[in-house]
Amino acid sequence: MKENILSFLAEIRPECDFENSMNFIEEGLLDSFDIVSLVTSLDEEFKISIEGTDIIPENFANLDSIERLLLKNGAKR
Amino acid sequence: MNFKFQKKKITGILSILPENEISFEEEIDNYNFSKTQSMKLKLVMGYDKRRVVKEGTAASDLCIYGLNYLFDNGYLRKDEIDALVMVNQVPDHFMPATTHIIQGKLDLPQEMFCIDIPQACAGYPIGLQQAFMLLEQENIKKVVVLNAELLSLKTSPADRGSRPLTGDAAAITIVENDPNGKTIYSTADFDGRRADALIIPAGAGRMPSSAETAKLTTDSNGNTRSLDHMVMKGDGVFNFVLNEVPEMIERVLGLAGRSKEEVDYFMFHQPNRFVLKKLADKLEIPYDKMPYNIVELFGNSCSPTLAVNLTYNLSEELTRGKHLICLAGFGAGLSWSSMLMEMGNLDFCETIDYK
Repeated sequence: MKENILSFLAEIRPECDFENSMNFIEEGLLDSFDIVSLVTSLDEEFKISIEGTDIIPENFANLDSIERLLLKNGAKR
Repeated sequence: MNFKFQKKKITGILSILPENEISFEEEIDNYNFSKTQSMKLKLVMGYDKRRVVKEGTAASDLCIYGLNYLFDNGYLRKDEIDALVMVNQVPDHFMPATTHIIQGKLDLPQEMFCIDIPQACAGYPIGLQQAFMLLEQENIKKVVVLNAELLSLKTSPADRGSRPLTGDAAAITIVENDPNGKTIYSTADFDGRRADALIIPAGAGRMPSSAETAKLTTDSNGNTRSLDHMVMKGDGVFNFVLNEVPEMIERVLGLAGRSKEEVDYFMFHQPNRFVLKKLADKLEIPYDKMPYNIVELFGNSCSPTLAVNLTYNLSEELTRGKHLICLAGFGAGLSWSSMLMEMGNLDFCETIDYK
């Protein structure tokens, strides 16, 4: 699952090093537009619809939080 | 707050769109997006085409053009209008009200009630609510509800959060009494504690426009704007919509004792494609019952978008037969409003270009 997330992140922000970032938001790797793009890609990939009220910066801070978000919204590993 | 209206109906809706069309590609260099981001956002958000007025065109111009269209085509007579209710945030002038300008320029009867309501994206149902209340008066038989907005004049060319989505438009909705009309259920809620989520900081009494307020600054998200421009706290507004609107829809359905399945169409204000699809998913409404194409075709024109949604997507359905329609508007204020009503057999339901 994390591999998939990483590939979408690389597609959205190819210039950023997500693997070595502690916090994508605080370090400025993702902005709100990137989150919207990422959510759409993840929805399509995992055939889910991430709950709108879950689309908050904290849930996109790192790979672990994004994975937790996906599992909460019904994604299968 | 919940409302119930008896024996009222909409008899016609006309949307008026400025002819001037701008494409996202034309402006892409203004927005500081990477090429990848731009292409992705075009698909996700619906950044595509938007209609905006040419310099010098004001809200009353669009309304007068539309009203003349209705007079010329026999849909409306000047002498039968008892009230003009206008929903608008960018008026012709601070003083007088834009309805007065329209009344004067069209030489409408002096014995007429005119009122402007400064509401934004929740304004379509709110304008109808006010019209229905006026129709309770014995001598008011026909109300013309005008929704007109020129927010393109108040968005910064380099504000990527709002500019690519902002369009201008006007709409005219004719409202009358109907002895056979079924009960109309409606809601309106407001939260001024979140007033700064969507705001134009300068230009009015609190902070008059000056050389200082016109200075451009760039925020941490890369949006460049001045205090004279509209500011939208995107995250706050997004969460407001996803939290409040589903509850509102469930509430208005509950008031009427109807289920989502009984509603033929959910016709919502059109902020962007992403928000609307998330709303549809949360409400478990099929996309074909909740159109989300207006923002990519014409832009989000604030309160008129809901009318444009009706006239563009349901013109045939609403002139031939009746349907149970759920309307919802939501935006600055913060304000959110809904209406559940049987709508149909309209005398007209058209979209025209302002030339």
